[in-house]
Amino acid sequence: MLTDLHVPGDSPLHRVRPLAKILGLMGLCTGVFLVDAGWLVGALGAVVLAGYALAGLAARHAWAALRPALWVLAAIFAAQVWIAGPAAAGFVVGRFGVLILAAALVTLTTRSSELVDGILAALHFAPRWVPKRRIALAISLCLRFIPLVRSVLAEIRQAQQARGLDRNLSAVLVPLVVRTLKTADEVAEAIYARSFD
Amino acid sequence: MDTRDTVFIALFAAIVAALAVFPPITLPVIAVPITAQSLGVMLAGGVLGARRGALALVLFLGLVAIGLPLLPGGRGGFGVFLGPTGGFLLGWIVAAFVIGDLTERFWTRLNFAVAFAICFVGGVVVLYAIGVPWVAAVADIPLGTALTGSLPFVPGDLVKCAIAAGVIVMAKRSYPIIAQR
Repeated sequence: MLTDLHVPGDSPLHRVRPLAKILGLMGLCTGVFLVDAGWLVGALGAVVLAGYALAGLAARHAWAALRPALWVLAAIFAAQVWIAGPAAAGFVVGRFGVLILAAALVTLTTRSSELVDGILAALHFAPRWVPKRRIALAISLCLRFIPLVRSVLAEIRQAQQARGLDRNLSAVLVPLVVRTLKTADEVAEAIYARSFD
Repeated sequence: MDTRDTVFIALFAAIVAALAVFPPITLPVIAVPITAQSLGVMLAGGVLGARRGALALVLFLGLVAIGLPLLPGGRGGFGVFLGPTGGFLLGWIVAAFVIGDLTERFWTRLNFAVAFAICFVGGVVVLYAIGVPWVAAVADIPLGTALTGSLPFVPGDLVKCAIAAGVIVMAKRSYPIIAQR
């Protein structure tokens, strides 16, 4: 029901520890913004694309990552050409392209569950004032309830469709919010009853 | 913060996630489509209050970051924060906090007009104050140009403020969560 964007595979990139990939991504982001050089962006772009090939990903995966940002990037490109000329425009937009592709590479080669496990493992070393159990509870509750809230939303929309109100956002949102708050209270009572605290 | 608050945070993050599948509604006068998800940001603050609302958005964006396709169009992963509009996403946390804080302050006097003004301050003024300079900084364009580029979205945001204000007032009447300050 709730799928992530992970593409299964057995490449070295799939097997690297999630933390290493995240640190690498952070390093890359900092690098391209600190060093204002076109050759660096070009070189990193080549490295990232080589990563896609290494991970056995198709061109459509890279395209799917870039497509949602395309309009904003086109607007920025136009503004940059007007302000600073085509070379600077290509540099700024190319930098975004590399960042988005690199981030998507991490997302595509890492399971969400691995990252959740990573977060929970990191919480183990967190200082005492961090409410570790609550964070773990909130993450697992949210993952469990996204499909439920989606089906409630679909149900309410159908009910309001019968009344001709399915395009009316408040007629859908008020029942959704109130029903979810009631569910939340019931869940909280169930957790109290099992002495979570 | 007790267990009940944790559950409210988790379930409201789930609402924000579920709203991504709501098809965008295009209003007749303004051409820009309205996505329901950013309504969830205003509702998180206005229904849960400052701390719980902001934490619900932190949880939601955390799940987006680890690669769940919870944004409209099934987007997700680290890339959405590194793109030019990442500032608006992170601004959601602050927007929900500001809306929640103002709602708590005006809780006893809350009506549609007050809720609309609160949503406008948090969901438009504060959000753009974070998102627009972010775009200008990462895309190397002047602040004015970035602001002009964002202006077409303002009419749609005003409609969202009106819808969110109505829902917040209705939710206060039927299932109040915020304690009076």
